[in-house]
Amino acid sequence: MVRERETPKQQQQVSYTVEQLVAVNPYNPDILPDLENYVNEQVSSQTYSLDANLCLLRLYQFEPERMSTQIVARILVKALMAMPAPDFSLCLFLIPERVQMEEQFKTLIVLSHYLETGRFRQFWDEAAKNRHIVEAVPGFEQAIQTYAIHVLSLTYQKIPRPVLAEAINIEGLSLDKFLEHQAANSGWILEKGHGRGQLIVLPRNEFNHPELKKSAADSVPLEHITRIFPILG
Amino acid sequence: MATTYDYEEAPATYDEGRHQDLGYDPNFVPDSVKSFVVHLYRHIREKNVYEIHQMYEISFQTLSDRLFKDTPWPSVDAVAHYVDNDQVFCLLYREMWFRHLYARLSPTLKQRIDSWDNYCSLFQVVLHRVVNMQLPNQWLWDMVDEFVYQFQSFCQYRAKMKNKTEQEISLLRQYDQAWNVYGVLNYLQAFVEKSNIIQILKQEKEGLEQFTATDGYDYSGGSNVLKVLGYFSMVGLLRVHCLLGDYQTGLKCLLPIDISQQGVYTSVIGSHIATIYHYGFANLMLRRYVEAIREFNKMLLYIYKTKQYHQKSPQYDQILKKNEQMYALLAICLSLCPQVKLVDETVNSQLREKYGEKMARMQRYDDEAFVIYDELFSYACPKFITPSAPSFEEPLVNYNQDAYRLQLKLFLYEVKQQQLLSGVRTFLKVYSTISLGKLANYMEVDEPTLRTILLTYKHKTHAVDSDGKIISNADVDFYIDDDMIHVVESKAVKRYGDYFLRQIVKLEGVINDMDRIKLE
Repeated sequence: MVRERETPKQQQQVSYTVEQLVAVNPYNPDILPDLENYVNEQVSSQTYSLDANLCLLRLYQFEPERMSTQIVARILVKALMAMPAPDFSLCLFLIPERVQMEEQFKTLIVLSHYLETGRFRQFWDEAAKNRHIVEAVPGFEQAIQTYAIHVLSLTYQKIPRPVLAEAINIEGLSLDKFLEHQAANSGWILEKGHGRGQLIVLPRNEFNHPELKKSAADSVPLEHITRIFPILG
Repeated sequence: MATTYDYEEAPATYDEGRHQDLGYDPNFVPDSVKSFVVHLYRHIREKNVYEIHQMYEISFQTLSDRLFKDTPWPSVDAVAHYVDNDQVFCLLYREMWFRHLYARLSPTLKQRIDSWDNYCSLFQVVLHRVVNMQLPNQWLWDMVDEFVYQFQSFCQYRAKMKNKTEQEISLLRQYDQAWNVYGVLNYLQAFVEKSNIIQILKQEKEGLEQFTATDGYDYSGGSNVLKVLGYFSMVGLLRVHCLLGDYQTGLKCLLPIDISQQGVYTSVIGSHIATIYHYGFANLMLRRYVEAIREFNKMLLYIYKTKQYHQKSPQYDQILKKNEQMYALLAICLSLCPQVKLVDETVNSQLREKYGEKMARMQRYDDEAFVIYDELFSYACPKFITPSAPSFEEPLVNYNQDAYRLQLKLFLYEVKQQQLLSGVRTFLKVYSTISLGKLANYMEVDEPTLRTILLTYKHKTHAVDSDGKIISNADVDFYIDDDMIHVVESKAVKRYGDYFLRQIVKLEGVINDMDRIKLE
């Protein structure tokens, strides 16, 4: 029982219509070309939609002859860029094992593995050896750098410069400029470490400064207090 | 839309040896069955939900046990004239007929296809016509549950191509729409949409609608069938998406149902368990361990307290099976995310009894540990399916295990990535501060490697929740200052607020009691 789909209106409205399709009529083989175009659009306009991409991977699962490995590879790269969210795993759950054995997917899985286990040096080395995969998607480098900073911010109050440099793959003068920019806009503070060069003080959050953790356990929700309003009179 | 069965065309007698030997007469209607359908038909027409429920839950079971232990019920054609040939009743009867067949016997391919046809007819009636019935929630849940189960069963059956006969293959080719994944998903989706259930639940929160308060029943002369089928279809969609390996979308389908509260989903024990089992499993695969542990804990405690009341029910075996599976999943979650204080004492002691030893071995993360993770996952996971149609050209193979093997492989891969974390945990529990150099020494790795291990610990214990926020799953946490690790002690926080509230209410109760005595 296949429902009728809404025909997309103008070209500029394609993405709006695709999101609608995914929300309203996702189990429909006719929308597969729209979803594929949407992946390419996400790549070129540096946007991202997990729901639309999962919808497409599902359709590929239902009709494996229509699968485009190029599109799947792009979806996976976009998913990597969404880290720390587990999107990459979520996509892998829907891709058949024999497809995952192909060279480009094995590479992407290795890259994901390095990122999942904090091995940034190995990640950047491997990415450099596979420029064709990662350079196909604009914004890849910045997205991974954002992820790296995220994990470092969970972990460090103060981080030595070389550790940071390795994680975000920026060195020398570029790193100086980068640090200046972060200090001006994101509250980073640059200190002198004891004899070992620079120390970067990352912004305070509840994960690297446990005293900031809002103790939810102590607070009492208003609904519970209302129980004793009759008593209080 | 009645389709004829192969065997109904045959004049069946008990001792006729045919190619499709029946051993029973599908047209013979015992008096008790005649009485059953006549009364059930009347109760449905009179919208007597209580009586319908009694007949559906108890009488049907009793008759099945007594007369149809290993044969099907009489054919619908044989009973139709007792119920005015009512189309809807016949569809409902056939739905029960097939469910009984699947439970006690092994359906043939033709029967599977016919059951699909029956669901299509029944669902189209509910979706496109005004149906003036009230049916018990148990029955409506069973319909959705059985629909998804038969779909799962069909996919498993179809994927075993190796020993299929010529006849079976040609039937599969001919009826390629039967149990088609698009059809299944679109029916469930259609129920959700046509019933407008999402809007109803939203408006209920604002006090503009009554649904949960009446358990979904309609007390203004209407029908509960479409609404409640729409509601249960959300759970059905969660289940189908889990079978496909799409956990994110599955959880999204369930979102309109607030599982922190009672609801229509808790009105039927089967639906309650199915919801929480799949919700928990999806969260486990999404690495939201704390969320999974919380929900499994609540469900297991509930089952522990109430299972005695379901001993006579036909669902009892299923309840017990899901109970065991959830304990296995809980054991997995707690091994990956040791937060024992989230687990109730009763549940914890059951867990220790069943999996205490295995959990200790899992947390050692050696080769044996992976064997146990494999074992528990394989025991407790849903029966994953490959939804695509088989290829009839290639050498015929069995590919029914492919989907399961993929999910297992990816799960174990995740476990492997967390292998070094339990070592870190042990050390962090012992020290309040320790230098990177020293810890690297103890763990027998170099400093850069230790830094990556600590980053992994942080990343893996801080999951991204459904709103994109970071939530910490960590039982023991730390931060690094240059080259010094500072361990964060998580003290058990005393909940003074709740304590005082309870004492205030208690005292008020005592004073009221005392006042009452004085007045006498």
